[in-house]
Amino acid sequence: MTTLTVYIPADAAALSLGADRVATALRHEAQARGIALDIKRVGSHGMFWLEPLIEIETLKGRIGFGPVRPEDVPSLFESNAFAGGEHPLKLGHVADMVWMLRQQRLSFARIGIVDPLSLDDYLQKDGFKGLRKALQMSPAEVVAEVHASGLRGRGGAGFPTGVKWKTVHDAQADRKYVICNADEGDSGTFADRMIFEGDPFMLIEGMAIGAYAVGADKGFIYLRSEYPHAAKVMARAIELAEQAGWIGDNAFGPGKHFHLEQRIGAGAYICGEETALIESLEGKRALVRAKPPIPALHGLFGRPTLVNNVLSFAAVPFILAEGGQAYADFGSGRSRGTLPVQLAGNIKRGGLIELAFGITLREIVEGFGGGTASGRPIRAIQIGGPLGAYITESQLDLEMDYEVLAANGAMLGHGGIVVFDDSVDMAKMAKFAMRFGAEESCGKCTPCRIGATRGGEVVQKIIEGERVAQNIALLRDLCDVMTAGSLCAHGGLIPNPVLSALNRFPEDFAPAAHKNAAE
Amino acid sequence: MEKLPAWDEPRARALIHAKSDLEGPLLPILHDLQETFGYVDPRAVAIIAGALNISRAEVFGTLSFYKDFKKQKPLGRTIKLCLAEACQARGADALADRFEQNTGCKIDGGYHEGVEVETVYCLGNCALGPNALYDGEIFGALTDESLAALHARARREGAAS
Repeated sequence: MTTLTVYIPADAAALSLGADRVATALRHEAQARGIALDIKRVGSHGMFWLEPLIEIETLKGRIGFGPVRPEDVPSLFESNAFAGGEHPLKLGHVADMVWMLRQQRLSFARIGIVDPLSLDDYLQKDGFKGLRKALQMSPAEVVAEVHASGLRGRGGAGFPTGVKWKTVHDAQADRKYVICNADEGDSGTFADRMIFEGDPFMLIEGMAIGAYAVGADKGFIYLRSEYPHAAKVMARAIELAEQAGWIGDNAFGPGKHFHLEQRIGAGAYICGEETALIESLEGKRALVRAKPPIPALHGLFGRPTLVNNVLSFAAVPFILAEGGQAYADFGSGRSRGTLPVQLAGNIKRGGLIELAFGITLREIVEGFGGGTASGRPIRAIQIGGPLGAYITESQLDLEMDYEVLAANGAMLGHGGIVVFDDSVDMAKMAKFAMRFGAEESCGKCTPCRIGATRGGEVVQKIIEGERVAQNIALLRDLCDVMTAGSLCAHGGLIPNPVLSALNRFPEDFAPAAHKNAAE
Repeated sequence: MEKLPAWDEPRARALIHAKSDLEGPLLPILHDLQETFGYVDPRAVAIIAGALNISRAEVFGTLSFYKDFKKQKPLGRTIKLCLAEACQARGADALADRFEQNTGCKIDGGYHEGVEVETVYCLGNCALGPNALYDGEIFGALTDESLAALHARARREGAAS
């Protein structure tokens, strides 16, 4: 008897729509029909509107079906869909779908395809090729390769990764650390989570290459607590990688150790700021530190520390395996390589799209996304998380590029795009930005701690129609103080969503806009 | 979810000492205590301070900074409902308002019939909101019905513990 092999995502997005119940239904149905079934759990391809998206192994490769509900399972067997028959949910080969064909997947090449906890799968798909190559090079050569790739920090700041690595490499100290910032708190982002759940060895490999390059023997992954599934997969992946000798004692040669530990945050958005994250790892309140000194020289426990985002480390295995130039060949202007774009909010086809820089937002939001889920017109788009600016529909022709967006009063951040339809009230979003900023402020500096609180109050007054012109002037003044006077990017960027909402959607701040609500 | 044990000092000491040699041990220790007892009892503060050779103020400072750490024994179950921008764009605000009206349970207003509903900002499922996290499980594309069902389940499980 042949065994039917089915791939079902264990990614949190698929689980949130009942992927486990689909797996159970498949087991029951197969058992009732006397069919031997082998279920393999994988990551998600990132087409979330089709989740749970299951794939059947056939002689012609893996055939996708989605979105599959538990109640669809009997019909999948009855229509003989698994043996090549037709079915309304049949998608065909996932790799041949337009959504996938139009991407340039470097970091996400394996995700959705491999068993995230199979080292064999990983090795078969170029896994550890980058680390192997790195270990044959000198640390300085590894740093040079990363520099040549043009990679810039994918956490949001866009700082050249090679420069950061060189700074830590050149620093002299008794010990050094590498830290992966996986405190992915921005609304509209989930690329880090997908890597943890879909290809954790890639992150481990990227961190190992980083540790070798800068001379660190200890690494920490700081993962937010809101990602329990990701935490479990990564904890197991670290164990497996250590057992296999890729990390751990003598991992980089005799006497050259690399120990990796995963730490879980405790619900503080500010820990995405690298110095707050370091304080948190040290066991303290996550209060940001003044810079300088920069963490690259004076980081965790006062030692030189390489802090990179998940997506930055995830880009590194490809860069080492294929060469920095191969990565730099993608992209536009000073934004080299690819960016995992996360398309979210009120969007028809949301998900993960890895693309070379330079594509327009319209191609992403309309081409990939197909417009809003509600079917209403797009009104506003927030790029780069809660501290990113809102843009209008007419600005969708801007390109995804650090400099292009910055020149147009927006920022790329971690690559999250949140779409809103015409029912959005931008004054309410501005108030939310201030209140969120206040709630998540670490409290160390006054412009952010008090400013965000007062800002929320002022926007509320505007909404209530109280001395609108004066309060708008006051709000602008307050935003100036926060931008110029805050200690870190949290307070410094809160004015982004607030002022962009005010400047680009002034009609929502007019007294008339809220009359109905106030009455 | 199992029933939570009562405060047990020897057990707390064992948990604290098991992690006190880590680099930066305080957060892992607080997590372990909370996972075991459902909260971090104030009586743990002095024990941790002694074990790590730091002041009680430092321990308390950390404990009180992070919103995940609870300082009182939970009176029931917790649902974390995402109200961040991407979920708002998908109607989470209106969903939350209707939920409050229908159940009388106030979001971020403490326990009501053995369940508290807390706001969370982002569960990383932003193309499929509104989302909630309960007992380590994520629930996406929430509707009035599915949120009510989740709430009913939490009430049942809260009453049973």
